[in-house]
Amino acid sequence: MAKRIDVADLNIYYGETLAVQDVSMSIEPRSVTALIGPSGCGKSTFLRSLNRMHELIPKARVAGKVMVDGQDLYAPDVDPVAVRSQIGMVFQRPNPFPTMSIYDNVAAGIKLNAKRMRTSELDEIVERSLRQANLWDEVKDRLDKPGTGLSGGQQQRLCIARAIAVRPDVLLMDEPCSALDPISTQKIEDLITELKADYTIVIVTHNMQQAARVSDTTAFFNLRGIGQPGQLVEIGDTATIFSAPANKATEDYISGRFG
Amino acid sequence: MRTGDQIFAGLSTGSGVLILAILAGVAAFLVVEAWPAVVAPADEVPGGAGVTVYIWPLLFGTLLSAALALLIAAPLAVAIALFITHYAPRRLAHGLGYVVDLLAAVPSIVYGLWGIAVLAPATVDAGAWLYENLGWIPLFAGPPSSTGRTMLVAALVLAVMVLPIITAVVREAFLQTPRLYEEAALALGATHWEMIKMTVLPFGRSAIIGASMLGLGRALGETMAVAMVLSVSGGVSINLISRSNPSTIAATIALDFPESTGIAVNTLIAAGLVLFAVTFVVNMLARVVINRRRDFSGADR
Repeated sequence: MAKRIDVADLNIYYGETLAVQDVSMSIEPRSVTALIGPSGCGKSTFLRSLNRMHELIPKARVAGKVMVDGQDLYAPDVDPVAVRSQIGMVFQRPNPFPTMSIYDNVAAGIKLNAKRMRTSELDEIVERSLRQANLWDEVKDRLDKPGTGLSGGQQQRLCIARAIAVRPDVLLMDEPCSALDPISTQKIEDLITELKADYTIVIVTHNMQQAARVSDTTAFFNLRGIGQPGQLVEIGDTATIFSAPANKATEDYISGRFG
Repeated sequence: MRTGDQIFAGLSTGSGVLILAILAGVAAFLVVEAWPAVVAPADEVPGGAGVTVYIWPLLFGTLLSAALALLIAAPLAVAIALFITHYAPRRLAHGLGYVVDLLAAVPSIVYGLWGIAVLAPATVDAGAWLYENLGWIPLFAGPPSSTGRTMLVAALVLAVMVLPIITAVVREAFLQTPRLYEEAALALGATHWEMIKMTVLPFGRSAIIGASMLGLGRALGETMAVAMVLSVSGGVSINLISRSNPSTIAATIALDFPESTGIAVNTLIAAGLVLFAVTFVVNMLARVVINRRRDFSGADR
């Protein structure tokens, strides 16, 4: 659990179009790294290349290295399905499986990986995951009800429980609070801070305060111009990035002058 | 309300009422015309044993051929729809979808011709093989038909006929599986097939049932193809490969109506009433099945 990520010279393409250019960064285990930047700067694309979800888009491809504890995710003998089962992901819009109960949603990943498991063992994992996601008390009496009956914030925590049920090495979050109200957002942020103890977390956010509140490290992505690929402008300690950024564009973006 | 709104509201209400009136009219016609056969003395009804004895084998033949057709067509349709939506390269998928839609528009008499001219002779050997090797199953009790105009072939023709309509409806539903859920499954480490099992199939479940019922409705009411293909002897039999088969309601009406007079006409209409009721029940059952798990259907809320 909680592995370190080293990205080296990563170029991400949609067909012939270079979407993200030459990204290199290191992400420490048991830390929260926030990816910020204006729309279209490639931060979500970059995030999705960390668990090989990017290549599911027809003709999309990646060049470069993503090392997780020294293992290159893009080595030819690596199975993308195995990568995705070890790197969890939470999406912008809560997406619990509508045809499954709350219980089955949390158990979905385990059922995929380990086919046979005793019911008691599965019950335990489901409870543990829901507790970790701070959702257990709210749903323990209706585990057999559909997950789509929950509120948006509860659904998102259900998705987090689903992602951590398989004990992934890394947890990726793509604007997990953008569809939520402030109170649900705060619950998720508290949860992120708690989960940091066990997981390496990378989060994309448009909310600068959120980045400042939850992250240890902040990476600022930007476009040089319209039609140009996105680039990593600056990465560093969150406190430093928000108080004394090295780059002018970072300062402008953080202070709200553009983006 | 403005005049335009009133006219439009009136028109749409009228259309809604019209469909109910047509349905009621058809039902009333069937009941009124069937009644004389129901109350007639048994020996005046064709067959000489009353209306129930006359209709039962026809109903049996109708249900058997339609159910068999559905059994063949539904899994195949789901597989084709899956291939088109989730496996085929985009260009091929486009062409295939188009071809499937075209197939749905082929008139049933063409399928009938194909069945009697091509499929029936081609299955004679297969029928003999089934009889020799699987003859202990009552379905293949034989003796095998030498013309191939068997219940099995009729069901195959029906299956080919209903395949496009089921495929088309199911394909549309599969295409509408939100990307959101497919990604959720893939991000959990599902393979392509596991993703389909977790999201696409459950999401399309109602559509699969609904489409199957549509297909069943078409198979139940199909007239020409069965009338042309099936070699009929009356009676009730689940033997699929022999030359003596029960006929179906629709085919019997089509074949016998022109030569019928008096109470025989009423008897045929009574058979039509039964078919009407069966299709009604089939549709209602489909709705019950679809509604039962609505909470989990994935419908937007």
